[in-house]
Amino acid sequence: MSHNFRDLLALEPLTADELGFLLDQSKPFQEIQKHPLKKLATLRGKTVALAFFETSTRTRISFGTAASRLGADSMNLQAEASSLKKGETLLDTVFNLNAMKPDCLVMRHAASGATDYVARHLDIPVVNAGDGTHEHPSQGLLDALTIRDRLGTIKNLNVTILGDILHSRVARSNIHLLGKFGCKFTLCGPAMWVPRELEKIAPGTPIRCVYRIEEALEGADVIIMLRVQTERLDDPPLSANDYVLLYQLNAERLRRASMNAIVLHPGPMNRGIEITPEVADGPQSCVLEQVTNGVAVRMAILYLLISGATETDAHPALEVKPKESANASD
Amino acid sequence: MLLIKNGRVLDPVSKTDATLDVLLDGEKIKEVGPAGRVASPQGTEVFDARGMVVAPGFIDLHVHLREPGQESSETIETGTQAAARGGFTAVCCMPNTKPVNDNASVTRFILDRAKVGGSVRVWPIGAASVGSKGEAIAEIAAMKEAGIVAVSDDGKPIATAKLARQVMDYCRSLELPVIEHSEDVSLAGGAVMREGVTSTRLGLRGMPAAAESVCVARDVQLAELTGARLHVAHLSAKASLEQVRWAKSRGLRVSCEVTPHHFTLIDEDVQYDSKFKMNPPLAAREDREALLAGLADGTVDAIATDHAPHEAALKDVEFDRAPFGILGFETALGLALEQLVQSGRLSLMRMVELFTTGPARVLGIERKIAAGQPADLTIFGLNHTWTYHVKESPSKSRNSPFDGRNFKGGPMATIVGGRIVYKQ
Repeated sequence: MSHNFRDLLALEPLTADELGFLLDQSKPFQEIQKHPLKKLATLRGKTVALAFFETSTRTRISFGTAASRLGADSMNLQAEASSLKKGETLLDTVFNLNAMKPDCLVMRHAASGATDYVARHLDIPVVNAGDGTHEHPSQGLLDALTIRDRLGTIKNLNVTILGDILHSRVARSNIHLLGKFGCKFTLCGPAMWVPRELEKIAPGTPIRCVYRIEEALEGADVIIMLRVQTERLDDPPLSANDYVLLYQLNAERLRRASMNAIVLHPGPMNRGIEITPEVADGPQSCVLEQVTNGVAVRMAILYLLISGATETDAHPALEVKPKESANASD
Repeated sequence: MLLIKNGRVLDPVSKTDATLDVLLDGEKIKEVGPAGRVASPQGTEVFDARGMVVAPGFIDLHVHLREPGQESSETIETGTQAAARGGFTAVCCMPNTKPVNDNASVTRFILDRAKVGGSVRVWPIGAASVGSKGEAIAEIAAMKEAGIVAVSDDGKPIATAKLARQVMDYCRSLELPVIEHSEDVSLAGGAVMREGVTSTRLGLRGMPAAAESVCVARDVQLAELTGARLHVAHLSAKASLEQVRWAKSRGLRVSCEVTPHHFTLIDEDVQYDSKFKMNPPLAAREDREALLAGLADGTVDAIATDHAPHEAALKDVEFDRAPFGILGFETALGLALEQLVQSGRLSLMRMVELFTTGPARVLGIERKIAAGQPADLTIFGLNHTWTYHVKESPSKSRNSPFDGRNFKGGPMATIVGGRIVYKQ
């Protein structure tokens, strides 16, 4: 199939075929991460603008690394250094960046929909690196890739997401991607963070909200932890002790999940709050694989959007390695 | 003199629905009679309203003209031009200008500006509290003498139950209606749309319907306590409507208005486009159904636009940062015809009532087509098709979600004080 998405703003509107295509395209880039020399020349001469209007460490570095490993240059804008504080509008800031002629804009913003809004006004591809509490598409893709690597499939799994679902862009992207492959979701956390409306955000995907972690973990194949944002603990005031008591993922609770269940966390983790060190560092944890896969997924996104390549094009990562060995780790 | 002949005169007070001629003499209606039977002196201007509806002049209880202080978004001159194009002959402007209309000199300024540049009548609403800050009661009596028709801290509710009670007590003695923007601010805090599946899906902060209805519950009970005339502004939630129904069943002097956008659109229409951002926000599907039922059964007293212009620089930003509010004048009648009449939910007479005698009653005045009445008339067609192009609007702002929408029927002429101020 060929893809016809110009931007990557959200996973919700994409079909299972399109999502599968993105994941398949990421696979050869995963192999590149194992090479001693990881740099390709695929996007040489191209420029990726990284505009982060909200602080980010790993996503920004991950996109920057992805661009660099494809041979592209990047320009960086960070909120602290921007002119937004001088009263410039978002659109003016973005137009100024665009006037420096990048080939793609990767953008993070604290307002939901800000990337949709910007993309309506730009003629270069826009990649959403997280917009408010809406979506974080590349995180959703890297999570799916990690699950597929560990469990061999992303189809028909029982997925449990724990934490502040209401304010999580990661959870929404997870639901919209995995839901299209038949996964069933159990969402669990304090009731004010897990409103019943969540059960209806993805028609066709079974989603249930539960408020006891023991129930939520029963039979889970995949457990996705969300960071407890300490600023959210202030509004409304919620005791960290209560959170640990009711919702912390520890080894004992994890035993309720499937034997082979895996644990994901988008980071940064609060060890000792939402997750115990024992689980975070245990054999079921995939947190560092997620980070590695993040670079591969973002290489695939940048490659596809900037080059406009389709499935019939030879994958650039395969040019540097024989096909057999690329498949060896499947 | 001006003779409106051959029009289908609709008058909700006398239940008239007949082809009549209406002769206007300056500020007053001189005579109403069977078509062709009303004698007019030599030199009388004639408007042939054949095939059109002739209604009492439309009154909009809820508008923002932005003058003084925010003239880059709207002025009394441009706002009333847009009102005239929408068929409105009188508009009640909210006091949240800069400075706030909380004293007689601001009231007089507004009326002076309206006299010079206004296309339609401007009836100011005074602030309930000084600066609408919810602390001290504004100089309501002096503003009444200067010409206000009601009080409101619109944009927000009267801050505390105690102050709301005092304002209601005071306004009862002054015979002024208190118009409430009913919202529990703590419950709504920081929200940009209605809470529900759509806000959850979009990741936008939502305010529950209860943010409105708990405040309406407070206000109707205070209306009972004080005996004041309470008018609930831009009511959007089913639960709020239930409160108003309860109040009316107890014989309280409580009324309410609904905007065209709330009876037309719902929260599912929001797609990160700030032209769909207003307060109260677009409500749930079932709320819209309840509003339509309330408009039909008489629970709702008036259609008001909440015309809220914002210049592009303010509105063309991230959804979270955009101010609340949309334009309302020029699409109000088209939307009402489409959503209420053409859909078969309301009779044409009932719709006319919601634009005319309904709002007039809220203000404690009479409005009908009869000799001796003010010569304010709204003439509209039922069958012509037209498209709303916001770029052609006399308003200084462009924040309408209805740009490019096609309508069947709409304003043909607006007559204020015996003078045609807009003709299609």
